[in-house]
Amino acid sequence: MTTKLLEIKNLYVEYVTDDARVFAVNGVDLDINEGETLGLVGETGAGKTTTALSILKLLPERVGRVTRGSISLEGKDLTRYTEADMRNIRGEIISMIFQDPMTSLNPVLTVGYQIAEVLKIHKDEKENRQVDERVDEILKLVGIPPERKHDYPHQFSGGMKQRIVIAIALACEPKLLLADEPTTALDVTIQAQVLSMMNELKRKLRTAMILITHDLGVVAETCDRVAIMYAGEVIEAGTVEQIFDPEAPHHPYTVGLFGAIPDLTKKTRRLNPIDGLMPDPTHLPEGCRFHTRCPRCMEICRTQRPALREENGHRLYCHLFAGGER
Amino acid sequence: MAPLIETRNLKKYFPTASGLLHAVDGVNLSIGRGKTLGVVGESGCGKSTLGRLVVCLLEATGGEVLYDGKNILNYGEEQMLQMRRHIQMIFQDPYASLNPRMTVSEIIAEPIQVCRTIQGRDAIMDKVYELMDTVGLADRFVNTYPHELDGGRRQRIGIARALALDPEFIVCDEPVSALDVSIQAQVLNLLMDLQEERGLAYMFITHNLSVVAHISNEIAVMYLGQCVERAPTDELFANPLHPYTKALLAAIPIPNLSRRHMEREVIRGEVASPINPKPGCRFAVRCPQARPECMGQELPLRETSPGHYVACTLY
Repeated sequence: MTTKLLEIKNLYVEYVTDDARVFAVNGVDLDINEGETLGLVGETGAGKTTTALSILKLLPERVGRVTRGSISLEGKDLTRYTEADMRNIRGEIISMIFQDPMTSLNPVLTVGYQIAEVLKIHKDEKENRQVDERVDEILKLVGIPPERKHDYPHQFSGGMKQRIVIAIALACEPKLLLADEPTTALDVTIQAQVLSMMNELKRKLRTAMILITHDLGVVAETCDRVAIMYAGEVIEAGTVEQIFDPEAPHHPYTVGLFGAIPDLTKKTRRLNPIDGLMPDPTHLPEGCRFHTRCPRCMEICRTQRPALREENGHRLYCHLFAGGER
Repeated sequence: MAPLIETRNLKKYFPTASGLLHAVDGVNLSIGRGKTLGVVGESGCGKSTLGRLVVCLLEATGGEVLYDGKNILNYGEEQMLQMRRHIQMIFQDPYASLNPRMTVSEIIAEPIQVCRTIQGRDAIMDKVYELMDTVGLADRFVNTYPHELDGGRRQRIGIARALALDPEFIVCDEPVSALDVSIQAQVLNLLMDLQEERGLAYMFITHNLSVVAHISNEIAVMYLGQCVERAPTDELFANPLHPYTKALLAAIPIPNLSRRHMEREVIRGEVASPINPKPGCRFAVRCPQARPECMGQELPLRETSPGHYVACTLY
């Protein structure tokens, strides 16, 4: 049995503004083992990024807050950590790759400086020479010639900027990497380069990763386990084999997600998307959150929250498959 | 049958401080009535510039755009206005392509008022309601402003506006790439239904190969301003010839576990600069099969089998 690196239990996150209360994450349970990749899938507004931000306590101050639940890293509850404690976690034990490589680097500092910054904060290598050597090493690791460390971000292309962001995130060899749509802003051939590099680095460094994406193709190629989110909840989770198995029972939302992507291997004239839109997170529907769009909605779905059905680690929250467990 | 739209050696160069940027460099395409041509390529390959040239939003540096056999590039202002009824465009970003100070009805009615195809306020409003119904926008949105609506609905406004003059041909520039997958699928279905009902021809510009495979009859693959391969959709996917096309196809992540443990061939390097390119194949620097013959001379598209054109020294 591998040890749980991170365990999120019953997490609730709200954003409170003057005129509304947004229920962004509503009771999420997730866990991730060492060296494993978990795919977090869902559409805009499903609460994927909010979940990641709350792990690192990076929710916007005063507006966003964790209202319930726990996030434990190797048994220690991060929600109780102070800002000073978190500073030792961020970058060293858990680090994050943000979605947009164009805006997540500082334009007025050289990339070498930005990588060295992480090392100086977290590692004892105070000697400049040591830090320099390590910067060269990391740049080579992500496939960028070390001579270019004196360049500024604008001198790099999008794919290379994302490699630098990854280099910064991996500089201290963290145990957990949160990657928020790391390839969405990139072209397909560059995406393929970055993904294969990330896969290789993960193997080499034994880093666990939470990969946030809306692209099921990317999930199929990189993840070990998958959690599908809708309106702030995990509605289905399991291994990639379980989620991508067309024979297994699936949440109607999962079925809809698969139906919405044109499949190159099959010839279909029409796509089968889910009708309607994501519910307004300030007024979530009663019962199952998905019932307003669900093609297989039943009477019970409108009023009662679906219970968990679990089979060999394949978790599913849907009345269709609840059986006698209600 | 003569094609509805044809481009001949179409060129667009942008002058920059460091030289001429060859955005579109000698592209020959044709699209028949009621057909869809997919144009794929990565950012910077000139696909959006090509789209804008075809609808005359940009002035071409050279070449011709033929609509129904007539070159529309030398049309005067009055002729152009008449022309625009038949050729419309759907833009990439539904957040930036709608005037935030106009209501939904004003946006959709604007082309009708400009071209005076329908006279009278009531008649125009009837048409607006009809268009909104066609694209699946509820009547209650008629007086809302774009910022009140989500991306999918905004893109529907863009589509309604493009349909307002009953065009024969629409250039769709990445119409779904800013949208979530389920909304993307709704919009794709809508575009395909409209094509069936109205016999529209589309030029569908996108970087998403799965989308283009789904919607197109024929596909043109672009690289650095040039069309490197053109073939009917099924043929292109079954039998890609150009090394770049192969690399593109191999790079698409497929939501299927069958390819999971296969080592993928990833092409190295990145797109070269389109400023003052040297003659020869522009993909050669990244090409795993590059040979000395690839450089030094321009490579024309050659027909290798009926309807399948490729610009490569290997064939």
